[in-house]
Amino acid sequence: MNATGIGAAVRRKEDIRFITGKGQYTDDVIRPGETRAVFVRSPHARAKIKSVDVSEAKRMPGVVDVLTGAQLAADKIGSLICGWMIHSKDGSPMKMAPHPALAADTVNHVGDAVAVVIGETLGQARDAAEKVRVDYEVLPSVTDPAKAKSGPQIHEIAPKNTIYEWSLGDAKAVEAAFASAKHVTTLDIVNNRLVPNAIEPRAALAEYDSGTDHLTLWNTSQNPHVARLVIAAFVGIAPEHKLRVIAPDVGGGFGSKIFIYPEEVVCLWAARKVRRPVKWTADRSESFLTDAHGRDHVTKAEVALDEHGKILALRAHTVANLGAYMSTFSSSVPTYLYATLLSGQYDIPQIYCEVDAVYTNTAPVDAYRGAGRPEAAFVVERLVEVAAREMGIDPADLRKRNFIKSFPHQTPVIMSYDAGDYHASLKKAMELADVKGFNKRKREAARHGKLRGLGYSAYIEACGIAPSQAVGSLGAGVGLWESAEVRVNPTGSVEVLTGTHAHGQGHETTFAQLVSERLGIPFENVSIVHGDTDKVQFGMGTYGSRSGAVGMSAIVKALDKVEAKAKKVAAHMMEAAEGDIEFKDGKFTVAGTDKSAAWGDVALNAYIAHKFSGQELEPGLKETSFYDPTNFTFPAGCHICEVEIDVDTGKTDIVNWTAVDDFGTVINPMIVEGQVHGGIAQGVGQALLEGAVYDKDGQLVTGSLMDYTMPRAHDLPSFKVETTETRAPSNPLGIKGCGEAGAIAAPAAVINAITDAIGTESLAMPATANTVWSALQRAKPRAAA
Amino acid sequence: MPAVSMTVNGKPVSGEVEARTLLVQFLRENLRLTGTHVGCDTSQCGACVVHIDGIATKSCTTLALQCEGAEVMTIEGLAAEDGTLHPMQEAFRQNHGLQCGFCTPGMIMSALDIVRRNGHELDEHTIREQLDGNICRCTGYHNIVKSIAAGAKAMAAGGEQGASLRAAE
Repeated sequence: MNATGIGAAVRRKEDIRFITGKGQYTDDVIRPGETRAVFVRSPHARAKIKSVDVSEAKRMPGVVDVLTGAQLAADKIGSLICGWMIHSKDGSPMKMAPHPALAADTVNHVGDAVAVVIGETLGQARDAAEKVRVDYEVLPSVTDPAKAKSGPQIHEIAPKNTIYEWSLGDAKAVEAAFASAKHVTTLDIVNNRLVPNAIEPRAALAEYDSGTDHLTLWNTSQNPHVARLVIAAFVGIAPEHKLRVIAPDVGGGFGSKIFIYPEEVVCLWAARKVRRPVKWTADRSESFLTDAHGRDHVTKAEVALDEHGKILALRAHTVANLGAYMSTFSSSVPTYLYATLLSGQYDIPQIYCEVDAVYTNTAPVDAYRGAGRPEAAFVVERLVEVAAREMGIDPADLRKRNFIKSFPHQTPVIMSYDAGDYHASLKKAMELADVKGFNKRKREAARHGKLRGLGYSAYIEACGIAPSQAVGSLGAGVGLWESAEVRVNPTGSVEVLTGTHAHGQGHETTFAQLVSERLGIPFENVSIVHGDTDKVQFGMGTYGSRSGAVGMSAIVKALDKVEAKAKKVAAHMMEAAEGDIEFKDGKFTVAGTDKSAAWGDVALNAYIAHKFSGQELEPGLKETSFYDPTNFTFPAGCHICEVEIDVDTGKTDIVNWTAVDDFGTVINPMIVEGQVHGGIAQGVGQALLEGAVYDKDGQLVTGSLMDYTMPRAHDLPSFKVETTETRAPSNPLGIKGCGEAGAIAAPAAVINAITDAIGTESLAMPATANTVWSALQRAKPRAAA
Repeated sequence: MPAVSMTVNGKPVSGEVEARTLLVQFLRENLRLTGTHVGCDTSQCGACVVHIDGIATKSCTTLALQCEGAEVMTIEGLAAEDGTLHPMQEAFRQNHGLQCGFCTPGMIMSALDIVRRNGHELDEHTIREQLDGNICRCTGYHNIVKSIAAGAKAMAAGGEQGASLRAAE
């Protein structure tokens, strides 16, 4: 193995700037003459705006301008959109309500922006924002998704606050299977609402060049080209060719920075109006109120089994809360990213799922790490675990009886799984977790007054998002291919321009590993360029664990073209037939001779073009590729969580965590393990600590890091993380993707472990000490076997 | 506006600031030392941790004027002039103790304070408990804990930077 090639735990290129304080995040970028924007936000969940008086604010010191929703409307700035069309069962299109970047008539959630103050300094803008007088007529609101349909109608377009009533699968066949079942397990599940909380708050800095009529936006974005496309084509701030979007270093995304938000639109609009750069950086309170939240499902789910524990059918009905407005990809999350994964790792003949998406007076809800797939994995893995317990079958054994064993496997819910070995990951996880020794540990814990439980989560996800034709047929407004450009310089060094974007994933390292291995050149001689629409030709960005499977595949395709052309150059240099040129370890040789040319010589000759005429071969060595995958990828694995619960307090300690994941080919095991660690932490956060709570008036009760419990170092154990490998057949490297697995697997593993310990299946997330203690009062803990 | 003078990363600096200016604003906006980050508004996340007179402090909750005459050390002051990394910085890199990098400056500055208070042989439990004031959303802390344990050991083994930091304390 090449020491910096595929499979090597290479230390990251990007670390030097981050550990020395030289990263360049959006708020670190300073433009001459920069002003600061502060938003005036609604304190009400739902209200009519009767008037907005900015006169006093405008007279405050250092105020450059104060702009309102009425002015935005007058300037004909378009609405933000949701880019994935979902049709209801009756064929009607989803009910997408207008979402102006500044509200002019009504506000629909606490934090909805009404006006913006542009000031010389942040302090001056903040002071002036306090002086903007908004006269509201408060209207009744609804925040609970389960009550949305009977609540006050939020948008004119959506009676009963219903965005769509969608279904997937064969209801009648499922009905028949349930009728013939020996055993049915039913669960009521609330998948708790989460706040993503990337540690870098969202930020936008917009600058207008009146000489060229160009706008530039520095933005905390996971997908700058998509941001530019939406802002140009739908919001209509500037045409695409006069808008540059730069996503510099971005401090974590987890989905929340995919979406196009009001603030960047307003900064662009304001920068052109005031003819000065306008910067906005969210404070954490604004992040809580306005970042797209995640999850928030209310589900009734059932599984039907025969007398041998073979699953016959599964059905679910889910109400998905999409918040006050439809965020960029919100409609796809509880539908095609959720119901399509309800087969889990199991051969389930029939599945039927209904999803009702509703508006409420809360922040918009969209993709958050895993996006739909954690919700699906939770439904499936809780049902399977509980069914096993109810039927008196060992939970691992019941899983084994139902695992899909041959591939490709067509599920009843669209997906065609192409590769996997679910037995292998379960077996390895059980060995690493020492499941055999669990009963001994449980008895030992009991002697210390602790309840010990063990929970499995044999999850699956669909990643490598996504084949464009397939997602197009399901309603996506964009294709989900990826692009790459490989520029070989005359000195032989290489720049790779990728349409993916890294915000912690280490692409500058892993992508360079691929190039180093493939071209046989030093890792140090490769640079990865991303996050700038003026540099990168186009790209769909980073989410859905797609950067390896789709983004690196595009690089492979471009490298194929580079190698083919370089061989032509080498053939001219060595006066040999092109077909006789071989390329290996950075060297071109003529087959059967001792003639050779080094990589650098060939690169130089491609540019000086002295050895061939421009008519037969174009000078230069730069190739591009747009790679569209042929299928999703299907990372899967088994996580085992072991907990100890204090009977007196209900406090849960995770004492062991074992993860065995099949991500296909692993480029950098160090980075992959890090992704798994972070994902598990977020999943454990959902299971034990995190939950966004709105009160009945629509106030976000958990609106700060003092009220919303983020996992801290002492909440978590160290993790045992290993992999198994079946290559993904749908892409040239065999990569499946690893970014979301932990967050998808973890919640079910934790709740299965706690319920195993306490002996009741009725347990809400987050399973705080109070929740677990309360559950214990009505439960009878299972004794060790 | 009131004036303030302090030493930042060994260099004397001064400036005029509004009385309400926070130390982190003074560092980031006046001195353009943008390695110190702001991740929250309630002193919870620790992305803004710097050392004031050798003690780890959240610069988002400290007024610039409170630091009159103080010795302030930020992430930019840790590596040697020639670019040699501090052993704790090197440990974060070697152990993949960072992903997006945003919490990292605060983590490293807090890590040094953990070493100052607890010595160089740190067990996992101590590190996890002592990291209470710093939040990371990317790493799940697993590799941060490893980094701090390794960095503490490396400082004892005495890189030049580690030695000079101990001397400063």
